[in-house]
Amino acid sequence: MAEYQVNARGLQCPGPIVQLFGTYKKCNSGDTIVIEVTEQGFKKDVYAWAKKTNCEILSMEEQDGVIKAVIKKN
Amino acid sequence: MKKTIIVFSGDLDKVMASFIIANGAAAMGDEVTMFFTFWGLNALRKPERIPTKKSFMEKMFGWMMPKGVNKLGISKMNFGGLGAVMMKKIMQQKQVESLQSLMETARMLGVKFIACTMSMDVMGFKPEELIDGLEFAGVASYLGEADQANVNLFI
Repeated sequence: MAEYQVNARGLQCPGPIVQLFGTYKKCNSGDTIVIEVTEQGFKKDVYAWAKKTNCEILSMEEQDGVIKAVIKKN
Repeated sequence: MKKTIIVFSGDLDKVMASFIIANGAAAMGDEVTMFFTFWGLNALRKPERIPTKKSFMEKMFGWMMPKGVNKLGISKMNFGGLGAVMMKKIMQQKQVESLQSLMETARMLGVKFIACTMSMDVMGFKPEELIDGLEFAGVASYLGEADQANVNLFI
Protein backbone atom coordinates (compact mmCIF):
# COMPACT_ATOMS: atom_id res chain seq x y z
CA MET A 1 0.00 0.00 0.00
CA ALA A 2 1.79 3.09 -1.20
CA GLU A 3 1.00 6.68 -0.28
CA TYR A 4 1.40 9.38 -2.89
CA GLN A 5 1.69 13.11 -2.21
CA VAL A 6 0.31 15.70 -4.62
CA ASN A 7 0.91 19.42 -4.18
CA ALA A 8 -1.72 21.18 -6.27
CA ARG A 9 -1.61 24.45 -4.31
CA GLY A 10 -2.16 27.54 -6.42
CA LEU A 11 -3.61 25.63 -9.35
CA GLN A 12 -6.96 26.70 -10.71
CA CYS A 13 -9.67 24.42 -12.05
CA PRO A 14 -9.21 21.93 -13.70
CA GLY A 15 -5.54 21.77 -12.57
CA PRO A 16 -6.08 19.95 -9.25
CA ILE A 17 -8.14 17.10 -10.71
CA VAL A 18 -5.78 16.80 -13.67
CA GLN A 19 -2.88 16.40 -11.20
CA LEU A 20 -4.93 13.99 -9.11
CA PHE A 21 -5.74 11.90 -12.16
CA GLY A 22 -2.08 11.78 -13.17
CA THR A 23 -1.18 10.27 -9.79
CA TYR A 24 -4.27 8.04 -9.73
CA LYS A 25 -3.10 6.38 -12.94
CA LYS A 26 0.16 5.38 -11.26
CA CYS A 27 -1.68 3.97 -8.22
CA ASN A 28 -2.64 0.40 -7.51
CA SER A 29 -5.82 -0.63 -5.77
CA GLY A 30 -5.56 0.18 -2.05
CA ASP A 31 -3.02 2.97 -2.49
CA THR A 32 -3.76 6.39 -1.04
CA ILE A 33 -3.18 9.89 -2.37
CA VAL A 34 -2.73 12.91 -0.12
CA ILE A 35 -3.50 16.06 -2.09
CA GLU A 36 -3.26 19.70 -1.08
CA VAL A 37 -5.30 22.26 -3.00
CA THR A 38 -6.18 25.94 -2.65
CA GLU A 39 -8.93 26.02 -5.29
CA GLN A 40 -12.20 26.16 -3.34
CA GLY A 41 -14.27 24.31 -5.96
CA PHE A 42 -12.16 21.23 -5.29
CA LYS A 43 -14.03 20.49 -2.04
CA LYS A 44 -17.13 19.53 -4.00
CA ASP A 45 -15.41 18.50 -7.24
CA VAL A 46 -13.32 15.78 -5.64
CA TYR A 47 -16.47 13.88 -4.57
CA ALA A 48 -17.74 13.83 -8.15
CA TRP A 49 -14.28 12.80 -9.32
CA ALA A 50 -13.98 10.02 -6.72
CA LYS A 51 -17.41 8.62 -7.58
CA LYS A 52 -16.44 8.46 -11.24
CA THR A 53 -13.04 6.89 -10.68
CA ASN A 54 -14.12 4.48 -7.90
CA CYS A 55 -12.11 6.15 -5.17
CA GLU A 56 -12.96 6.86 -1.57
CA ILE A 57 -12.40 10.14 0.30
CA LEU A 58 -10.91 9.05 3.62
CA SER A 59 -10.60 12.55 5.02
CA MET A 60 -10.84 16.18 4.08
CA GLU A 61 -9.71 19.10 6.17
CA GLU A 62 -9.07 22.76 5.54
CA GLN A 63 -6.59 25.03 7.22
CA ASP A 64 -5.66 28.59 6.21
CA GLY A 65 -7.28 28.14 2.82
CA VAL A 66 -5.46 24.91 2.06
CA ILE A 67 -7.69 21.90 1.53
CA LYS A 68 -6.05 18.57 2.33
CA ALA A 69 -7.79 15.44 1.16
CA VAL A 70 -6.81 11.80 1.55
CA ILE A 71 -8.13 9.62 -1.24
CA LYS A 72 -8.00 5.84 -1.55
CA LYS A 73 -8.16 3.97 -4.83
CA ASN A 74 -10.54 1.02 -4.54
CA MET B 1 -18.23 7.25 -20.91
CA LYS B 2 -17.31 9.35 -23.90
CA LYS B 3 -17.79 13.14 -24.18
CA THR B 4 -17.73 15.24 -27.33
CA ILE B 5 -17.37 18.99 -27.80
CA ILE B 6 -17.96 20.93 -30.99
CA VAL B 7 -15.70 23.97 -30.91
CA PHE B 8 -17.44 26.34 -33.29
CA SER B 9 -16.27 29.60 -31.73
CA GLY B 10 -12.84 31.11 -32.17
CA ASP B 11 -13.20 33.39 -29.12
CA LEU B 12 -10.49 33.01 -26.50
CA ASP B 13 -12.95 32.63 -23.61
CA LYS B 14 -15.13 30.07 -25.38
CA VAL B 15 -12.21 27.98 -26.62
CA MET B 16 -10.80 28.12 -23.12
CA ALA B 17 -14.09 26.90 -21.62
CA SER B 18 -14.04 24.05 -24.17
CA PHE B 19 -10.57 22.95 -23.08
CA ILE B 20 -11.36 23.25 -19.37
CA ILE B 21 -14.35 20.94 -19.83
CA ALA B 22 -12.34 18.60 -22.07
CA ASN B 23 -9.48 18.37 -19.58
CA GLY B 24 -11.84 17.94 -16.66
CA ALA B 25 -13.62 15.10 -18.44
CA ALA B 26 -10.32 13.45 -19.40
CA ALA B 27 -9.18 13.73 -15.78
CA MET B 28 -12.32 11.86 -14.74
CA GLY B 29 -11.24 9.04 -16.99
CA ASP B 30 -13.50 9.84 -19.92
CA GLU B 31 -12.60 9.62 -23.58
CA VAL B 32 -12.96 13.08 -25.13
CA THR B 33 -13.29 14.17 -28.76
CA MET B 34 -13.16 17.82 -29.78
CA PHE B 35 -14.51 18.65 -33.22
CA PHE B 36 -13.18 22.00 -34.48
CA THR B 37 -15.32 23.69 -37.06
CA PHE B 38 -15.67 27.18 -38.61
CA TRP B 39 -14.07 29.83 -36.34
CA GLY B 40 -12.94 27.14 -33.92
CA LEU B 41 -10.32 26.10 -36.49
CA ASN B 42 -8.43 29.32 -35.75
CA ALA B 43 -7.35 27.78 -32.44
CA LEU B 44 -5.55 25.04 -34.37
CA ARG B 45 -3.58 27.31 -36.69
CA LYS B 46 0.19 27.36 -36.45
CA PRO B 47 1.40 30.84 -35.46
CA GLU B 48 3.92 31.12 -38.28
CA ARG B 49 3.22 31.77 -41.94
CA ILE B 50 3.26 28.56 -43.98
CA PRO B 51 3.66 29.08 -47.73
CA THR B 52 0.72 27.51 -49.59
CA LYS B 53 -1.05 27.93 -52.89
CA LYS B 54 -4.29 29.82 -52.27
CA SER B 55 -6.93 31.79 -54.12
CA PHE B 56 -7.31 35.50 -53.37
CA MET B 57 -10.34 34.92 -51.14
CA GLU B 58 -8.59 32.14 -49.24
CA LYS B 59 -5.63 34.46 -48.67
CA MET B 60 -8.00 37.16 -47.38
CA PHE B 61 -9.47 34.73 -44.86
CA GLY B 62 -5.97 33.81 -43.78
CA TRP B 63 -5.02 37.44 -43.13
CA MET B 64 -8.24 38.40 -41.41
CA MET B 65 -8.40 35.58 -38.90
CA PRO B 66 -6.27 34.94 -35.80
CA LYS B 67 -3.31 32.58 -36.20
CA GLY B 68 -3.54 30.18 -33.28
CA VAL B 69 -4.47 30.22 -29.61
CA ASN B 70 -2.30 33.16 -28.62
CA LYS B 71 -4.00 35.48 -31.10
CA LEU B 72 -7.63 34.83 -30.19
CA GLY B 73 -9.77 37.69 -28.86
CA ILE B 74 -12.44 37.51 -26.15
CA SER B 75 -16.13 37.37 -27.08
CA LYS B 76 -17.08 40.48 -25.12
CA MET B 77 -15.14 43.68 -24.38
CA ASN B 78 -12.28 42.76 -26.69
CA PHE B 79 -11.68 46.39 -27.76
CA GLY B 80 -9.34 45.50 -30.57
CA GLY B 81 -7.33 43.10 -28.45
CA LEU B 82 -6.97 45.26 -25.32
CA GLY B 83 -9.66 43.28 -23.49
CA ALA B 84 -7.94 40.01 -24.33
CA VAL B 85 -4.62 41.36 -23.04
CA MET B 86 -6.29 42.45 -19.78
CA MET B 87 -8.06 39.13 -19.42
CA LYS B 88 -4.83 37.17 -19.97
CA LYS B 89 -3.04 39.38 -17.44
CA ILE B 90 -5.72 38.81 -14.78
CA MET B 91 -5.82 35.09 -15.47
CA GLN B 92 -2.06 34.91 -15.14
CA GLN B 93 -2.21 36.71 -11.77
CA LYS B 94 -4.85 34.27 -10.59
CA GLN B 95 -2.77 31.37 -11.88
CA VAL B 96 -5.34 30.21 -14.40
CA GLU B 97 -3.67 28.01 -16.99
CA SER B 98 -3.18 29.74 -20.34
CA LEU B 99 -5.06 28.44 -23.35
CA GLN B 100 -1.76 27.24 -24.79
CA SER B 101 -1.09 25.23 -21.65
CA LEU B 102 -4.67 23.87 -21.47
CA MET B 103 -4.23 22.66 -25.02
CA GLU B 104 -0.94 20.92 -24.19
CA THR B 105 -2.59 19.28 -21.17
CA ALA B 106 -5.46 18.10 -23.37
CA ARG B 107 -3.02 16.44 -25.75
CA MET B 108 -1.14 14.86 -22.87
CA LEU B 109 -4.43 13.44 -21.55
CA GLY B 110 -5.16 11.93 -24.96
CA VAL B 111 -8.03 14.21 -26.00
CA LYS B 112 -8.77 13.63 -29.68
CA PHE B 113 -8.83 16.68 -31.99
CA ILE B 114 -10.79 16.50 -35.23
CA ALA B 115 -10.53 19.34 -37.78
CA CYS B 116 -13.65 19.74 -39.93
CA THR B 117 -12.51 19.37 -43.53
CA MET B 118 -15.49 21.24 -44.98
CA SER B 119 -14.73 24.31 -42.83
CA MET B 120 -11.06 24.05 -43.75
CA ASP B 121 -12.05 24.13 -47.39
CA VAL B 122 -14.37 27.14 -46.92
CA MET B 123 -11.74 29.11 -45.03
CA GLY B 124 -8.89 28.00 -47.21
CA PHE B 125 -6.89 26.29 -44.45
CA LYS B 126 -4.45 23.66 -45.66
CA PRO B 127 -3.57 20.74 -43.33
CA GLU B 128 0.05 21.93 -43.08
CA GLU B 129 -1.12 25.28 -41.66
CA LEU B 130 -2.73 23.56 -38.69
CA ILE B 131 -0.93 22.03 -35.71
CA ASP B 132 0.26 18.43 -35.91
CA GLY B 133 -1.57 15.41 -34.58
CA LEU B 134 -5.05 16.25 -35.85
CA GLU B 135 -7.57 13.99 -37.49
CA PHE B 136 -9.28 15.37 -40.57
CA ALA B 137 -12.90 14.40 -40.98
CA GLY B 138 -16.49 15.47 -41.47
CA VAL B 139 -19.79 15.51 -39.66
CA ALA B 140 -20.37 11.75 -39.84
CA SER B 141 -17.21 11.13 -37.83
CA TYR B 142 -18.39 13.60 -35.22
CA LEU B 143 -21.84 11.99 -35.09
CA GLY B 144 -20.29 8.54 -34.84
CA GLU B 145 -18.45 9.68 -31.71
CA ALA B 146 -21.50 11.54 -30.38
CA ASP B 147 -23.59 8.36 -30.63
CA GLN B 148 -21.32 6.71 -28.11
CA ALA B 149 -21.13 9.75 -25.83
CA ASN B 150 -23.40 10.87 -23.01
CA VAL B 151 -22.40 14.54 -23.16
CA ASN B 152 -22.21 16.46 -26.43
CA LEU B 153 -21.56 20.18 -26.29
CA PHE B 154 -21.63 22.90 -28.91
CA ILE B 155 -19.47 25.88 -27.94
